[in-house]
Amino acid sequence: MATTGDTAHPLWEVFTQPPGGGPHEHAGSVHAPDAELALQNARDVYTRRGEAVSLWVVPSGAIVASTPEDMGPFFDPGNDKAYRHPQFYKVSQGVRVF
Amino acid sequence: MGGAACERVRWYFTDMPYEIHEKKGSQPKDKAPAPAEDPKRLAEFEARIARDETIEPKDWMPERYRRQLVRMMSQHAHSEVVGMLPEGNWITRAPTLRRKMGLLAKVQDEAGHGLYIYCGTETLGVDRHDLIVQLLNGTAKYSSIFNYPTLSWADIGTIGWLVDGAAIVNQTMLAKASYGPYARAMVRICKEENFHKRQGYEIVATLARGTPAQKAMAQDSVNRWWWPSLMMFGPHDKDSPNSGDLSKWGIKRKSNDELRQRFVNLTVAQAKAIDLTLPDPELRFNETTKDWDFGAIDWDEFWRVVGGDGPCNRERLAARRKAHDDGAWVRAAAEAHAAKHAAHRGAPSGAAA
Ligand SMILES: [Fe+2]
Ligand SMILES: [Fe+2]
Repeated sequence: MATTGDTAHPLWEVFTQPPGGGPHEHAGSVHAPDAELALQNARDVYTRRGEAVSLWVVPSGAIVASTPEDMGPFFDPGNDKAYRHPQFYKVSQGVRVF
Repeated sequence: MGGAACERVRWYFTDMPYEIHEKKGSQPKDKAPAPAEDPKRLAEFEARIARDETIEPKDWMPERYRRQLVRMMSQHAHSEVVGMLPEGNWITRAPTLRRKMGLLAKVQDEAGHGLYIYCGTETLGVDRHDLIVQLLNGTAKYSSIFNYPTLSWADIGTIGWLVDGAAIVNQTMLAKASYGPYARAMVRICKEENFHKRQGYEIVATLARGTPAQKAMAQDSVNRWWWPSLMMFGPHDKDSPNSGDLSKWGIKRKSNDELRQRFVNLTVAQAKAIDLTLPDPELRFNETTKDWDFGAIDWDEFWRVVGGDGPCNRERLAARRKAHDDGAWVRAAAEAHAAKHAAHRGAPSGAAA
């Protein structure tokens, strides 16, 4: 039984931008021998019903990601800066700020 | 459960729960027992499940959770792929262009569903190629429902209505599964399944209000598919010990029997609306439980088909192998094209393998 191809084709991560101005979002992945075919495969697999007005394909190996072990220390600096949030600031009762 | 035949089978796969059914007291045939886990990490993991957090590919997970997911997801993906075959049979014989377009689009969606789930399975560190080899060499299982033949055009309608209908009940639950990539694939799939079910129900409804011969064809089809559709949800809860882990770890949030009951409750009214009957004399509304009670399922038939002796098991695999082999030149051409263009640019084709 021939099982040519498949495994030799690199993995690409697919990002789709929905109509209406939202940001590109991760949709999934495809296998393809090059970028051009990765785009075509991504179109066929992830945008059969007008889900996207733009597509990105990125070699999976090119993505640098945080690790779960980073979770605490890496994101921590954000959590103790309450002054980054509007609720930190006092406003007289009854005044509409927005 | 059972009969002597199923004593031989140690790992069972049944349908839409796309789930591995392990016979009580048995070990998986080809796998060593999962290693003992660090109790502290296991407790943290289970606390995350209890808080309804999503588990992502790089997170720590018990080996048994990972294995259960790989098996369940790959079998689910295989089922989508093999599921194209019974319906693909009828594309050239669809009665109108409208029906042909609908059926082509549905079958194409099923290919997409397979790819969404293979892609999710690869996040667990397996290679899609290996999974496909397992499907083609017959060592992987897929949903038994696709081992039944599509004898008439009405079967295409009934499959959309009942088989995709049962799949929706199951996949709606799986869309809340604890493993993020699986749950997200299910959300995507559920959006498309509604089209599948409606196109099927429309076909059956049209036949049911057609000539007497058309109506008889629809009824015959429902008679043949009803019980296999109920079997799609897998054995009764009491015979499904493996469900323990799956529900404990939030992969399955409802039991086989709960899902089956929900499907029956939904379908009775749909059959009535198009004046068809479901082939079960014991079907009646239970005033106490507010459920539709139904008759006994023929589990011997179920295990026979799971074990490889369904009407079309061999034919399906042969068709799948042929399709794969016939596609070899397309993959080879794609590689040649990529290599040629890479040579033109004087650079490798971009992606890291
Ligand atoms: Fe599907
Ligand atoms: Fe479907």
